[in-house]
Amino acid sequence: MSELGVIIIGAIFINNIVLSQFLGICPFLGVSKKLSSAIGMGIAVTFVMALAGTLTWIIQSYILNPLGIAYLQTIAFILVIAALVQFVEMVIKKTSPGLYKALGVYLPLITTNCAVLGIAIVSIQKNYSLIEAVVNNVANAVGFTLALILMAGIRERIEESDIPKCFHGFPIALFTASLMSIAFLGFTGLL
Amino acid sequence: MSLVNEFTKGIIRENPLFVLVLGTCPALAITTSVNNGLGMGAAFTAVLLASNIVISALRKVIPDSIRIPSYIVIVAAFVTMIDLIMHAYTPALYKALGIYIPLIVVNCIILGRAEAFANKNGVGASIMDALGMGVGYTLALVVMSGIREILGAGTFFGIPVLGASASPALIMILPPGGFIAFGCILALMNKLQQKAS
Repeated sequence: MSELGVIIIGAIFINNIVLSQFLGICPFLGVSKKLSSAIGMGIAVTFVMALAGTLTWIIQSYILNPLGIAYLQTIAFILVIAALVQFVEMVIKKTSPGLYKALGVYLPLITTNCAVLGIAIVSIQKNYSLIEAVVNNVANAVGFTLALILMAGIRERIEESDIPKCFHGFPIALFTASLMSIAFLGFTGLL
Repeated sequence: MSLVNEFTKGIIRENPLFVLVLGTCPALAITTSVNNGLGMGAAFTAVLLASNIVISALRKVIPDSIRIPSYIVIVAAFVTMIDLIMHAYTPALYKALGIYIPLIVVNCIILGRAEAFANKNGVGASIMDALGMGVGYTLALVVMSGIREILGAGTFFGIPVLGASASPALIMILPPGGFIAFGCILALMNKLQQKAS
């Protein structure tokens, strides 16, 4: 139990997926302008990452490893993730058109969200068991959602403030991310 | 002339990292030393070049409705090759770049070029496009890793450049430094663009 706790705290705070591992920067900068779309994106990514983590672990352990074709990992994983994203897109389109509209172009982009593939590969590299792998995936997704929501909250306020013209948009967002990253560095001593 | 144009557009006018702001994840993560930046740029250029050639050659064969999955498989195949080659011949670099080598497959620039350029143009133009974009991305990575390595470690390519009395700002090679360096560069690009227009 305590091992799972270490994985969870480590993934959310210490090695935050966005602020210290630099995975999923595109949606982090792209969908963080409004709090509501940040929450929607966070939920979608969490859902996809939990499913992707489970599926890729099963594929690695029961198909790729026994057949000795572990080198096909990248190809196999990216196909599974692409199919999964399509599936999630169809489900969201059917069940909540409002959310579908809000997420817009970013839903298909989850496929090329390096966070999903990256964490799936990390879970395999660390030799996690199925439960640990799923916990690791979900904890990382929660870390992503946390960073995204914090960022959106800050950016909604930055919009109102008077900053030099050349810092509008991406530059000020990156500086904000840098300050958040310094704050998260403070968690290093936690474990 | 137009082939030269395809090449040069990727370097400054449509630089994938500094102007289009694509491929940001590896650019922030591995630019802690110029060596890593160059290695990543080379691996990226090789994958982009190979996939642009194949996609452009097959553009009339691949049905339109399944083109994206096809592109992903083609790119993933080349990424796997680069991954194995680097594992065999450059083990130190392979270890330093780590997970970011397989993650080239989800680099938006490669799929972006496949969709926006290689499936509409011939092989020759696609090669020039891939080389231009690849060199542009590599240059951007080198610029960024140069800034971070000099300020954060006091070295360039591992050679000490700051005097012994200067103490490097460690934060520049830690994660926050990546965001700061990239933010400053983008602000500078904005400033230059505003001046030009």
